[in-house]
Amino acid sequence: MKIRAQIGKVLNLDKCIGCHTCSVTCKNVWTSRDGVEYAWFNNVETKPGIGYPKDWENQKRWNGGWTRKKNGEIQPRQGGKWRTLEKIFANPDLPEIDDYYEPFTFDYEHLHNAPDMKAAPTARPISLITGERMQKVEWGPNWEEILGGEFSKRSADTNFADVEKAVYGQFENTFMMYLPRLCEHCLNPTCVAACPSGAIYKREEDGIVLIDQDKCRGWRMCVSGCPYKKIYYNWSTGKSEKCTFCYPRIEAGMPTVCSETCVGRIRYLGVLLYDADRIEQAASTADPQELYDAQLGVFLDPFDPDVQAQALADGVPQAWLDAAKASPVWKMAMDWKVAFPLHPEYRTLPMVWYVPPLSPVQQAAESGHLALADGMPDVGSLRIPVRYLANLLTAGKEQPIVLGLKRMMAMRQFMRAKTVDGVIDDSVAEAVGLTGNEIEDMYRTMAIANYEDRFVVPTTHREAAEDAYHLRGTCGFSFGNGCSGGQSDTNLFGPVRFAGGKPRKLSQNPTEAE
Amino acid sequence: MDHALTSFLFGIYPYIALTVFLVGSLIRFDREQFTWRSGSSQLLRRRQLRLGSNLFHLGILVVFVGHLVGLLTPVEVFDAFGVQHAFKQLAAIVVGGTAAVFALIGATLLLHRRLFDARIRKTSAPMDHAILIILWLQLVLGILTIPVSLGHMDGHMMVLFMNWATGVFTFQPVAAELIEAAHWVMKLHIFLGLTVFLIFPFTRLVHIWSAPFGYVGRRGWQIVRSRRTRSPVDSRYPS
Repeated sequence: MKIRAQIGKVLNLDKCIGCHTCSVTCKNVWTSRDGVEYAWFNNVETKPGIGYPKDWENQKRWNGGWTRKKNGEIQPRQGGKWRTLEKIFANPDLPEIDDYYEPFTFDYEHLHNAPDMKAAPTARPISLITGERMQKVEWGPNWEEILGGEFSKRSADTNFADVEKAVYGQFENTFMMYLPRLCEHCLNPTCVAACPSGAIYKREEDGIVLIDQDKCRGWRMCVSGCPYKKIYYNWSTGKSEKCTFCYPRIEAGMPTVCSETCVGRIRYLGVLLYDADRIEQAASTADPQELYDAQLGVFLDPFDPDVQAQALADGVPQAWLDAAKASPVWKMAMDWKVAFPLHPEYRTLPMVWYVPPLSPVQQAAESGHLALADGMPDVGSLRIPVRYLANLLTAGKEQPIVLGLKRMMAMRQFMRAKTVDGVIDDSVAEAVGLTGNEIEDMYRTMAIANYEDRFVVPTTHREAAEDAYHLRGTCGFSFGNGCSGGQSDTNLFGPVRFAGGKPRKLSQNPTEAE
Repeated sequence: MDHALTSFLFGIYPYIALTVFLVGSLIRFDREQFTWRSGSSQLLRRRQLRLGSNLFHLGILVVFVGHLVGLLTPVEVFDAFGVQHAFKQLAAIVVGGTAAVFALIGATLLLHRRLFDARIRKTSAPMDHAILIILWLQLVLGILTIPVSLGHMDGHMMVLFMNWATGVFTFQPVAAELIEAAHWVMKLHIFLGLTVFLIFPFTRLVHIWSAPFGYVGRRGWQIVRSRRTRSPVDSRYPS
């Protein structure tokens, strides 16, 4: 047993209102730069839909994630090590920028400078790559917002597997959900495995997966290796970039920017203890539907004295063990089992988990589409969303999803009885295998969701990790080369476009070209 | 050709080029590793890249290894193994020529893409254009040497080039005189080849140094980095 700790995350989709505040704040902090205009470390997709980049969940097309070989071992689906090197000159599984979207801005200056014309001047789109005018914006970062676009395209969503095609349309009338997505900071990341340079690594202390920008050589295998397509190739620097889990904030005990700014308060951060020695075995589980349970088996109970002793011996600080006991992620994923991993069938053991949305079920029940059993909607009878959610969160295994939904429904019923009728009805809790106290804790964590209940983030023990004495008086964060910000205008080794922030030709008045 | 010029181009220039190549690479790796990358443009345009890049890279790797082995192995080694000079000349022409044609087709595709695709053209640095054009010209020159070589299939010119190359590496600048009589296409090819080494550290070619063969030998799949010190930590903090 080798115990490590990770800051895990849960997103309560039941409360996501699709406002994109997470995406926008993330973009402002991390990807408002040349070369990553198209990249959203965090984005919110409307489901059903093919998402961003297009069709990312279709691994038959993109070959992301892992595959289990006949001998029971796993290897990246895009190929083993030799096979990966074979593709290094041109990676057949790499998305093109049009699969994300061609980043654009608008010719706002024309609105100021336009001469007297018969028609009102318009701000036409300009490509952020070429600086040239785009005839038409074909796709954008959130093209399918609120079921936008054509139904025929949207229905290509791979989560419709095993759902009868005839019911798609009907289905849309009752069901829509938001799926905010970021890097999963997996226990078994394919990006790390696929990187020929060894530039991507998982941090032992907090589980954050990062790309060493100095060591990255731009071989692009991580982009195709990641089944969630959450690694982005920066076409300006020639390096790959990804969600950093806002590690400078996490180290200081603060939540990530997307979590902090979430107005729906759907995001939770907390410590999970896991057994590093069990990862490979769990990821190699034969039946994809058992991968969810296998991942649960990798997590360790922070209340178990043996686990605590071993964790301390393995270098997990006491403060982290204390945080693990109060972890909302542990509660939702392990205690109440209402949170689930995103696409466990990719065998990456993701660490950003999701509480499935209940609202469509409840709504369907209230409008008579769904049978009511003992005053509670019978989640099992609304087969389509459960199947869809199971394809999304448990590799198609419906039973855990049904239990999770039932528990969330029981929470509503229990609290309604308590606050409206003044009755404490423990039988509601018992019917879903919980106690009244647990339901009330669920209510406090998931419904009230106070700041300190959502974010239990212990600070990093830098002082125990390294001697910081030599860091005094230095320049702090830089792109290497001492205190150089990597921003010299005349750089013998790099073209001018590496000079961060320096405007490219784009800033010329586009109308002059005419 | 003027004797002094020959002596400079083939006796002194190689040392300048190779010194800049080595020292420049070292400095860039040490000081500006953030700029050390292959510079792939595949994300922006897949078209023409899959065929172009594969043909170019595979072709030029064969050509490069061929030059390395063919020029830098002392001629005595070939003699010891009983390799006829005429046979080696023929092999070099057939294998190198075929690979060069593949590489040239690939380079042409890549050059076309770089010059005429707006996404690639607008995001290219001047050096990206320069190095691709230089390599393209070098491939053309290399192929143009084949008809010249066909004029002396006994391999005696080839042996002169080998002696010159080994001469450079054994610090005998007089070796330049060996190839004074060579055809101007050959000389131009050698000069441009040395120039590629000269500008190497200032181009994306530095990614060649980082060819990730170590990946195959990596144990397991995952990489975990720790910041915890190996030494026992302060007892105030549980380790």
